[in-house]
Amino acid sequence: MSRFIVEDMSTGSDSDYSSTWISWFLSSKGNEYFCEVDEDFILDRFNLTGLNNEVANYAQALDLITDQLDDEVQEELRGSLDTQARLLYGLIHARWIVTARGLAKMVEKYKRGDFGRCPRVLCHSQPLLPVGLVDIPYEKSVKLFCGRCEDLYSPKSSRHGSIDGAYFGTTFPHLLFLVYPAIIPPKVGTPLEGSGSTGAAAEGRAAGSGALGGASASSARRRREREKDDALIPDSGAPGAGDGVGEGLSTASVALKAERYRPKIYGFQVHETAKLQRWQEAIRDRQVTKLEVLEART
Amino acid sequence: MAVGDEDNISAVDDAMEEQEEQDDGYTSSTPTSTLTWISWFCSLPGHEYFCEVTEDFIEDDFNLTGLNSMVPFWKEAMEMVLDVEPDEDAAKIPDVSIVESSAEMLYGLVHQRYILGRAGQQAMLEKYEAGVFGTCPRVYCIGCNVVPCGRSDIPGIDTVKLFCPNCNDIYVPPSSRFQGVDGAFFGTTFPHLFFQNYRESAPAPFWKPPTRGAGSTSPPNPRMSPFSNPNPYGGQKRAAGYVYVPRIYGFKVSERAKCGPRMQWLRLRPESAEELEQVDWRGRWIEDDEFGSEDEDGDDPRMLEDFDDGEGDEDEESESEEEEV
Repeated sequence: MSRFIVEDMSTGSDSDYSSTWISWFLSSKGNEYFCEVDEDFILDRFNLTGLNNEVANYAQALDLITDQLDDEVQEELRGSLDTQARLLYGLIHARWIVTARGLAKMVEKYKRGDFGRCPRVLCHSQPLLPVGLVDIPYEKSVKLFCGRCEDLYSPKSSRHGSIDGAYFGTTFPHLLFLVYPAIIPPKVGTPLEGSGSTGAAAEGRAAGSGALGGASASSARRRREREKDDALIPDSGAPGAGDGVGEGLSTASVALKAERYRPKIYGFQVHETAKLQRWQEAIRDRQVTKLEVLEART
Repeated sequence: MAVGDEDNISAVDDAMEEQEEQDDGYTSSTPTSTLTWISWFCSLPGHEYFCEVTEDFIEDDFNLTGLNSMVPFWKEAMEMVLDVEPDEDAAKIPDVSIVESSAEMLYGLVHQRYILGRAGQQAMLEKYEAGVFGTCPRVYCIGCNVVPCGRSDIPGIDTVKLFCPNCNDIYVPPSSRFQGVDGAFFGTTFPHLFFQNYRESAPAPFWKPPTRGAGSTSPPNPRMSPFSNPNPYGGQKRAAGYVYVPRIYGFKVSERAKCGPRMQWLRLRPESAEELEQVDWRGRWIEDDEFGSEDEDGDDPRMLEDFDDGEGDEDEESESEEEEV
């Protein structure tokens, strides 16, 4: 990490100041979303299958990324080669971050909030994850996925708004939560700053799950109880305010705890919006019931 | 955040001092002095969301009812906001900066009331249509314009937020310069009254996805036809209704997975207005035997609350008029 900080001072495309092209690339402004791809991943040609069709000057671009480019060649192609190297690195990156080691690196970045935080007020600055809308380059720019409201947002800064979404891919955030269920964000409470938090919170969650477990003889009653709990507990202090829902816990009914904004005029709900929100909550309740029934069966 | 606030406030102070100097230096005959305190205040960085309250609105005491107990140095603050020459005994004020913050508070609270009236709504509509408040950060709201919104009507609780009429949700402004602006200066009611008044800017609560495949032949017609909401009191704009579907290697993540989708309901819209009627005032499905049976005892407190709140909007417009009189 200290290497990145030092290299923040280096500017321009001159790679003399950095040890490698990758570390220069990662430290230059606007590339904060990218993580470092291990060199042996890049050097394994199997991982690059098909990319030679996507990238012009593939061989030289690959040489540039791996710091094996002859200086003479660099003079001729420098301008276009830089663009091609970025494209190649981005496409390798999309493949890398869905591997076990890549996911682990991205989890660290996620916990540091490197991808920004959810602009939705009721997500309480939940850290985001980058995601593409398509896996083909030059189609759509990168978006940010919030694991709490499960929605997509545009990056705040235009520096990030111009990054190609294909460098992260459509799969990445969802695979991450599939592989690391322990860091699925809870739907209620403020996300704790920093990780490694949660002895007490985890216990609270376990206790909560005990109460919620033994699924579904009278799900409606339990739902009401839970909603009552939510009404009593202000958003910050709620149990489960860890950085994840925790391992082995059910997520069937988490949506019931999600906070939502209710538009009001002089304290009264707006008729049409209230109607839509009731409909949405009925959809939610139907899904929760369905999931609880499924869970009880297993 | 705290740092941002301080920066903001100090920037405001600096600018205010400049203003003071200007006022001292120039007499009323110079062109620069035509800049009133109000238009100067609204031009400060971070104050882009404010509209200019007319002086006659502030001069009408009825519009200020109750505010004098909330603003210290009321008289001096009024003089500052209205650019009235201070009285001779102004010397008893300990510090000009105190009056400045009082003036800001006064203006903010008057602003909260002003933008609920006809003139204020019109002024905010112009800013809205010019895109001054920015757009929704949510990708599938497709750049829907947002309006400023408070989470409380009492000052000092929370900073200004942005309300998106398409997803009916509130967002943190993208720039930190708005973190020094109190949400109460816009209030909780404004955005919703605004979209009641200007229904053509309010997205309707239902959305039909454009039919795929046949897109080239028949459906251009419904797309071209003017959109209308059967509810004349509802939003008259075609909504941006697409909801994000998470996929892993092209396959939808099953809702049976632990990490499966749980929140799509939050953004979902029915395909037609009639579908909204399938849910009763307690939030239960009408004529839905499969799921209706388990909810038999209908004493849910939350549902009752919804009922109380839901029907109260018939009087809104008349109430808004009162602010102006």
